[in-house]
Amino acid sequence: MAKIVTDVVCPFCGTLCDDLEVALSDDGEEILEVYNACTIGATKFLHSQAKDRVTRPQMKQEDGSWKEVTYDEAVEYTANLLVDAKKPLMYGWSSTSCTAQGTGSEIGEIVGACMDNTATVCHGSTLIAVQDVGVPSATLGEIANRADRVVFWGCNPAHAHPRHMSRYSIFPRGFFTGKGSKSRKMFVVDPRNTDTAKMADVHLQLEQGHDYELLSAIRVALRGEALPDFVAGIPKEQIYETAETLRSGRFTVIFFGMGVTHSLGKNHNIDIAIAVTRDLNDYTKAAIVPMRGHYNVTGSGQVWGWQFGFPFCLDLTRGFARYNPGDSSSNDLLIRDEVDAVFVLGSDPGAHFPVGSVKKIAQLPSVCIDPHITPTSAVSKLHVPVAFVGVEVGGCAYRMDNVPIETRKVVEPPEGMLTDEEFLQKVLTRVRELKGAA
Amino acid sequence: MTEYLIKNGFVYDPIQGINGDKVDVAIKDGKMVDAGDVTKPTIIDATGMTVMAAGVDVHAHVAGPKVNVGRNFRPEDKLFNAAAGSGLKRMEGGFSVPTVLRTAYLYARMGFGFSMEAAMPPLYARHTHEEIRDTPIIDQGALPVFGNNWFVLEYLKENEIENTAAYIAWLLNQTKGFGVKCVNPGGTESWGWGMNCETVDDVVPYFDVTPRQIVSGLIAANEYLGLPHCMHVHGNSLGEPGNYEITLDTLKIAEDYSPQNDFGREVVLHNTHLQFHCYGGESYASKSFESKSKEVVEYINSVDNISYDLGVVTLDETTTMTADGPFEHHLSHMNNLKWANTDVELETGSGIVPFIYNPKTFIAGAQWAVGLECGLFIKDPMRAYITTDAPNAGPLCRYPRVYKWLMSAKARDDMLDNTLKYGDKIRERCYIGEIDREISLYELAMMTRAGPAKTLGLGHMFGSLKAGLEGDVAVYPYNPETDTDDPEKIEYAFGNAAYLIKGGRMIVKEGEIVDMGNKRTFWVDAKVNENPMVERDIAEKFRRYYTVTQNNYTVEGHHFVPNPYVIEVDATR
Ligand code: SF4
Repeated sequence: MAKIVTDVVCPFCGTLCDDLEVALSDDGEEILEVYNACTIGATKFLHSQAKDRVTRPQMKQEDGSWKEVTYDEAVEYTANLLVDAKKPLMYGWSSTSCTAQGTGSEIGEIVGACMDNTATVCHGSTLIAVQDVGVPSATLGEIANRADRVVFWGCNPAHAHPRHMSRYSIFPRGFFTGKGSKSRKMFVVDPRNTDTAKMADVHLQLEQGHDYELLSAIRVALRGEALPDFVAGIPKEQIYETAETLRSGRFTVIFFGMGVTHSLGKNHNIDIAIAVTRDLNDYTKAAIVPMRGHYNVTGSGQVWGWQFGFPFCLDLTRGFARYNPGDSSSNDLLIRDEVDAVFVLGSDPGAHFPVGSVKKIAQLPSVCIDPHITPTSAVSKLHVPVAFVGVEVGGCAYRMDNVPIETRKVVEPPEGMLTDEEFLQKVLTRVRELKGAA
Repeated sequence: MTEYLIKNGFVYDPIQGINGDKVDVAIKDGKMVDAGDVTKPTIIDATGMTVMAAGVDVHAHVAGPKVNVGRNFRPEDKLFNAAAGSGLKRMEGGFSVPTVLRTAYLYARMGFGFSMEAAMPPLYARHTHEEIRDTPIIDQGALPVFGNNWFVLEYLKENEIENTAAYIAWLLNQTKGFGVKCVNPGGTESWGWGMNCETVDDVVPYFDVTPRQIVSGLIAANEYLGLPHCMHVHGNSLGEPGNYEITLDTLKIAEDYSPQNDFGREVVLHNTHLQFHCYGGESYASKSFESKSKEVVEYINSVDNISYDLGVVTLDETTTMTADGPFEHHLSHMNNLKWANTDVELETGSGIVPFIYNPKTFIAGAQWAVGLECGLFIKDPMRAYITTDAPNAGPLCRYPRVYKWLMSAKARDDMLDNTLKYGDKIRERCYIGEIDREISLYELAMMTRAGPAKTLGLGHMFGSLKAGLEGDVAVYPYNPETDTDDPEKIEYAFGNAAYLIKGGRMIVKEGEIVDMGNKRTFWVDAKVNENPMVERDIAEKFRRYYTVTQNNYTVEGHHFVPNPYVIEVDATR
């Protein structure tokens, strides 16, 4: 009889589904099946079981080959790299637990690091917009229970957050939305005809990069003012109708993704999307929710918020926290040659940063802490594999709506492997010794 | 453990009736003891200084989701308000919404040992506890909010007190919460549809229950359980001109109840930030607005089962934050600054808006006056506690400034004459001009330690220097014999404790923070009879309407509450 573990939390995307069931082998060592998860989530669990998984740290040699080293050696290299650097960059933090993020912050504080998370290349613009105009929002359950108008703007949950629509936004039968998807009108705003767009009641297929204009036009329409015949390629009749439908609902929600956070206009797009939401609250109830990507990118912004007061782009080099995105953001620091060492944990800049930045990482003393071999580990000097958070060790994570959920340990990590938290604790201890602060 | 003997200080301990006498204060094994019971103590010379039990804060917003939104969405709050770490101290930042480290250091510098986080959304309990865990030194607890919770609304519509109590007991256990908080009863649920409840008799949409029924039922359930703290209410129509009648309506609900508990608590209702609830008139204009603090406090003086805290406006730029979602929306329309809001499924909501209490406006000055009046009209200072509803009416760091205003008529006159633009108008529309009372150090000790400790049901641990209580003592560089000439000395002294001993450990020594202490999280574990109906209702709501599973809702001890102090209550019948 396979053993079934219930209420398992998926450590993949910001949807943070917590209803997974995992079937284990009789001895409890092997994951056989993952129920309720989407393909991406299930694959993450099954991946942890890969037979060819790297289980020991590896150092890159002069000739480019890799040599296995002990964790103690890895700790020593990492601690020295951070202490010796004038301005180390400690990047990532989005795929790990809040406890690990907290320990990492302490290290960053002692060594005077620049610390940044993946928001720097995804929802950082959202965070800046929130600093400008605030954010009227709600938990995903409020949306499941109340929302009768749902807008997906510049995002494609059918692929990026596969269970979002079934758990929270379109299909669930909530307290006041007893007819499920029939209780809701679904809008998709996207230049592409995505799989999400294909499901929508209304697809506003705007011209690429014209989100700001369209959002602005909706504000104009909400105020009953005159519009030109077309805005962003959308006929004005459709804009008036959209504004009217959003306003006449009982509860409207706008979900938005990287289609607006990093297209032309960036944080200004989000400013005005929030302004639309704010305006709608004068007529009905409305909320706006960013579709956060990594399962705990939200958490790293929270941890830094309570420890330092800023959600990303932290510069701790002066002994107190400074914040100036565009200056203290990872890519700006790398491109300007301002950092002299790179530490990566819980993300993969090698796959997502511009190639110029990746080249810089390759030139610098660098360490990548990650369960997988990734493009980042490939360009780093040291790769430290660790246990999978949410599979082999528990720990708190924050869903896209900031709701914290404790992820669960399902199986043991391969023998002798450290978790993020354990590795960071060792580095912290060593850093304190090197700094004479033990 | 180290023994301490604090000698030669002027001691204020209302619980023992010590009023400025020079008596020795002793600590051994983390507890207060009689001076004769220490053998080889470290001597602290408090000559010329004031000695009190450590402060106890009954109501502040210092940890949790809305506080963190306040931090993250206001980078400007850190400008000129950051400090590097040194020694044991880590870096700190923030003025109205300080980082958790700064919060701890601030409390320590002000001689406080305990703080109650005044509003915890249950679904976000983990977040609140993560922040509390990372706040060193001070002991803390958190009050989950119940006033708009669907279970509570459904049970109280039918006046099912036992079921409400069973649900409260379950939720306290799940969230590691301390007591029952109620914010804008019914109004925040109405806000789920963009509406509000403005009086105690407005009906909550769909749920068909009134704020009166919610407040009454929560008091009844609180006393049914015999919780250490009483029901803690922030009533309807906060901040609205003319709201004092709604406040009186809310307070009068308590007439039907008497305290039932084993903790020495004598009140059944605590009305928080009373200042925001004592307004007369129809608008904020000086020709209409008037203070009704006297009317409200006179009512409280006439009964014995209500306590309150002041919520004094400190005339700063600050960050307002409350589970009163509709109020914050309203506020954002008044000042057109940024507005954050989060509605929480089945439970509550919240809003956050920066605010500038500008001393050049009539209304901010009038609010300042009303807050102080709330402190000055009280007959029994054991039932009126000094707060700023931090950070709503003012930042935490302003407590000492508020003491100054309460303790010195000269300081108040100076504000009215020289700082406030509409001082004369404020004298006309408020009572401040006719009050010459000055709060004494003895009364200050009641309003900042003895009183709040008692109302929180923690009088057996905090608020006095009596033998057996926790070894929490603050020593302030204030000489009550020679320092009375200059009110500024009050503000300085109470913001710069010379010593703080907490649980028998020296935290502040000669003004410097030297130890991070042994912080504890207080929560209440209430035992009730098995209640299959409530259990079934809980399971049903989780299955159908929550977005986390019931098993993933529980705040497990381990890393969220690593050093708990659990108060057990037996309400099985
Ligand atoms: S939607 Fe996201 S969190 Fe849910 S199972 Fe899929 S990958 Fe995991």
